[in-house]
Amino acid sequence: MRPTFSIILFTVLSGAGYGLLFVVGLSLLSVPSLMSSLIPPWSNAIDTFAIDIRVTLEVALAAGALLAIAGLFCSVGHLGKPLRAWRAFSQWRSSWLSREGVASVLTFVPTFGLLIAMLCGLDIRSNGALLGGAALACLSAITVYCTARIYSSLKPVRAWNSRYVVPVYLLLACYTGALWAVALYVSTPVFSPVFVSFLPVFFWNAILIAPLAVGLKLLYWRSLAKAAQPYVGDATGLARLGSVRSFEQPHTEENYLTHEMGFVLARKHSRRLRVIASALILLAPLSAIPLTFVFGDAAWWLVVLLGLLGVFVERWLFFAEARHAVIAFYGR
Amino acid sequence: MTTLPPPAPKKLGLVIDLDICVGCHACAVACKEWNDGGDFGPLPDTDPYGAHPSGVWFNRVHSYAVEQDTAHGKREMTVHFPRSCLHCETPACVTVCPTGASYKRAEDGIVLVDEDKCIGCQLCAWACPYGAREISAQRGTMQKCTLCVDRIYNETLDPADRQPACVAACPTRARHFGDLGDAASPISKLVAERDGYALMPEFGYRPVNKYLPPRPRRDGCDAKTSSATPRGEALDRDQLPGVLRWLDRALSR
Ligand code: SF4
Ligand code: SF4
Repeated sequence: MRPTFSIILFTVLSGAGYGLLFVVGLSLLSVPSLMSSLIPPWSNAIDTFAIDIRVTLEVALAAGALLAIAGLFCSVGHLGKPLRAWRAFSQWRSSWLSREGVASVLTFVPTFGLLIAMLCGLDIRSNGALLGGAALACLSAITVYCTARIYSSLKPVRAWNSRYVVPVYLLLACYTGALWAVALYVSTPVFSPVFVSFLPVFFWNAILIAPLAVGLKLLYWRSLAKAAQPYVGDATGLARLGSVRSFEQPHTEENYLTHEMGFVLARKHSRRLRVIASALILLAPLSAIPLTFVFGDAAWWLVVLLGLLGVFVERWLFFAEARHAVIAFYGR
Repeated sequence: MTTLPPPAPKKLGLVIDLDICVGCHACAVACKEWNDGGDFGPLPDTDPYGAHPSGVWFNRVHSYAVEQDTAHGKREMTVHFPRSCLHCETPACVTVCPTGASYKRAEDGIVLVDEDKCIGCQLCAWACPYGAREISAQRGTMQKCTLCVDRIYNETLDPADRQPACVAACPTRARHFGDLGDAASPISKLVAERDGYALMPEFGYRPVNKYLPPRPRRDGCDAKTSSATPRGEALDRDQLPGVLRWLDRALSR
């Protein structure tokens, strides 16, 4: 499949955005209890901390929303008729693309609800924040799930119609979201206690999410090598008569199908690109430690860039490596 | 609505006889001509008289060579293969559509695109394994075979002309049109008689259109074995845009 820039950017950016919102949601669910278990109750520092953490979460909410919206705009840019995009919300009964649209907008309800409430002074230890956090985490996970299902439900693209696609999308969204969260927590100019906001996100991302995502990706690539695909004899049903070869194409020039679905560059280079993507995704969070010695706090943004680049290459491959069944008719 | 209608008794479709198709492309040309001016048109081309013309056609004719081992040694059989929308019974091209532009008609099973609703997201083209949908670069919307719904019910036409343009144009009568839901229809009988088959049934889309396989050869010797060998894919670097050509070179080192 042709790796269309706008679609790749859409999945990477909106993945990072909803991933970041997911991390904020989880933080709202876990930070209050972490604080009360780590900070002695008689210390009045806890109230200052709660306010400081609220500021970092407000920044993260705004950044997550911006990323998600930027991603959605990229996807609209891919449409033949962008002004009619609103119609895409109507067919949620059958279409994953439509469901994704609905979920992406619904997620903005807790996002902006929380943002406004927190700006007006909502205590992050209140029940309202807990409820909002739960809604935010669920809805952003559902949105990314729907994005992945758009692809994984397409049977003619064998590489997408795989059970690894959904977990990898979810993990990588969480991964890029966590990279953003860490960078934002470090660079927000308030003092927030690292052991409740920044450290757990950094730690779990580097030692759990990234290796898990890359591990699943390796399994995915292995399963691809074994997946049965239709070739020209199967597609035409002529295989039972003998061995089939295409001796004349239906058209002398490229057409929409061969242009969009006959992309072969990636399959030629897939080994190297797979290594590049896996290494970037695995090493980006860890590289923060040496990089901070050289670049100081800016290193965390470098890490975001490296991680996003890794996911971008992974997503590029996800499209470019995938073979569409129709190309079998062309004898390819 | 992009949810599928309940199964209807009437299933209009085409049957294509691979035994007698001579690969003349008359059906494809007649289709392009009718649909450029029909209710669903136009079908404009990009760069029509230039070096790289391209545009939407609802029907594409492939040509294959089938190598067979027979009692008299190796033989190559030529099969011309028109490919268009199969008006599937359970097609994902309809259910993936986010706007309701793609739909399957309840009354006769024809799969259509509503030009006024389509946003050109192209998901339906990805969902079709048969390559029946092409987007129009000029119109920004998805185009596909309409089974000439603007001819077959058109009372201003002579009854003899109330059939798809491709069927009317075929000089060898390799194309047949009719109701494949009715077991007593001539077209259904033809399918039963000649062991007509559906393309890639493994996808579960249940194509309505059927293909009639080439008849056994008159010399009585048929293929002994069947083996399909996939060919490796080649990359034509010159077809790539500059950045990708550079990337290909860098990665090939
Ligand atoms: S052939 Fe393709 S476009 Fe036509 S109904 Fe089947 S899946 Fe849809
Ligand atoms: S391109 Fe048009 S018809 Fe096809 S899925 Fe998108 S909106 Fe529906």
